[in-house]
Amino acid sequence: MSRVILEISHLHKVFDTNTVIEDLSLTVHEGEVVVIIGPSGCGKSTLLRCINALETIQGGEIKLHGNTVSKNSKDLHEIRQKIGMVFQNYELFPHMTVLDNVMLAPMKAQGRKKSEVREEALALLKRVGLESKADSYPRQLSGGQKQRTAIVRALCMHPEILLFDEVTAALDPQMVREVLEVILDLANAGKTMLVVTHEMQFARAVADRIVFFDDGQIIEQAAPDEFFDHPKTDKAKQFLNTFTFERDRSTTNRA
Amino acid sequence: MDKEFIKQYIPLYSEAALLTVKIGFLGIAAAIIIGLVCETIVYFKIPVLRRIVSVYIELSRNTPLLIQLFFIYYGLPKIGIRTDAQMCGIAGLAFLGGSYMAEAFRSGVEAIDVIQEESAYSLGLSKLQTVRYVLLPQAISISAPALIANVIFLLKETSVFSAISLMDLMFTAKDLIGLYYNTTESLFLLVVFYLLILLPVSVIGSLIERRLRHAGYGV
Repeated sequence: MSRVILEISHLHKVFDTNTVIEDLSLTVHEGEVVVIIGPSGCGKSTLLRCINALETIQGGEIKLHGNTVSKNSKDLHEIRQKIGMVFQNYELFPHMTVLDNVMLAPMKAQGRKKSEVREEALALLKRVGLESKADSYPRQLSGGQKQRTAIVRALCMHPEILLFDEVTAALDPQMVREVLEVILDLANAGKTMLVVTHEMQFARAVADRIVFFDDGQIIEQAAPDEFFDHPKTDKAKQFLNTFTFERDRSTTNRA
Repeated sequence: MDKEFIKQYIPLYSEAALLTVKIGFLGIAAAIIIGLVCETIVYFKIPVLRRIVSVYIELSRNTPLLIQLFFIYYGLPKIGIRTDAQMCGIAGLAFLGGSYMAEAFRSGVEAIDVIQEESAYSLGLSKLQTVRYVLLPQAISISAPALIANVIFLLKETSVFSAISLMDLMFTAKDLIGLYYNTTESLFLLVVFYLLILLPVSVIGSLIERRLRHAGYGV
């Protein structure tokens, strides 16, 4: 198997007295797309935030390429440059144009040359169909366009892994597709990704591995077809059932 | 109204207005710097200094400028610090204004969602870079109306400088009234000159506010 990018071992996360993640271990290899699904409030987003050291952890270890990620790491902002994060509500910088949003971190955090960054930023924007929006401000964009910008902003840093935190949850249904297509495109290009989503069909299409998460623990993990067609645990079966709506015609009394 | 009197004293008022503007400008510039420094200390939660800032803010906001000026003008020489009236005026204005500016900046910073900061961190920006490129520009545009209101307020506060015998507009008017009893003309000139100073500030202030908004600042 290809080399390990992200290694989480025995992660423990507590908010006050509430245990959110308990003894979680997960490994992501290079080029792998791991999709995390599970009920709301089960700790999926918290897990992503821990990987980026936006949360302090109470136990265990997170390693990116063997480097420990923690709020106390001295070179934390260098490690974070290798972890691309896309948030549910885009979190673009409202006072900057699309292009400046994308160029800020490569120039300031990585100290790359403006001309080179600009060229790459424009190429990436073109790739997601936003070349004409480079000089627009975020407030002038639709939700889908904002989210595509946020993805480009993360990509321009050349991250070794991309984290997607329910990136379509705040979007209107007709905009979900344009964002998911970009992510699918990245998956096909061999990017390493950890995706939290509620879009089951998308999960099935994009994932190399599905991780089913509940109550802060990994309940089940498997290849997508196997997981969706033959879930092993009761919890997973129950969860998948909530996504199927079939009218029970036998009991419907139709006059 | 005695037109001749007005004509005769316009130069004197102009000179006084210049002094008011000079002290006002320097005092307000210092106040903005103090405000920024205070807010930076509060934001980074720097121990000890943070306590000092909060004591300073309460002290400065809850005492009248006149008392602060008396303290600086009459009090400091008693412990051996000599200053002239102009320096006292500038220092007094900076002391009062610093806390108002700090609070305006704080309201701007606090209005920004925490996740904006996290978004910047997740891109690998350092704390300082996050403040400089992400938080500060947004905070300034959010607090622009409050900052401009403070500038106008502080310019008006300069009228108490006459109490430490600074030859500002108020002093000139009081002086002339005392000398010639031309109350109407003296006060008329006083109002006109204050308006001449403050109206442009107010207009420019609104323009800046609108510009910041048009540039796509704020959400």
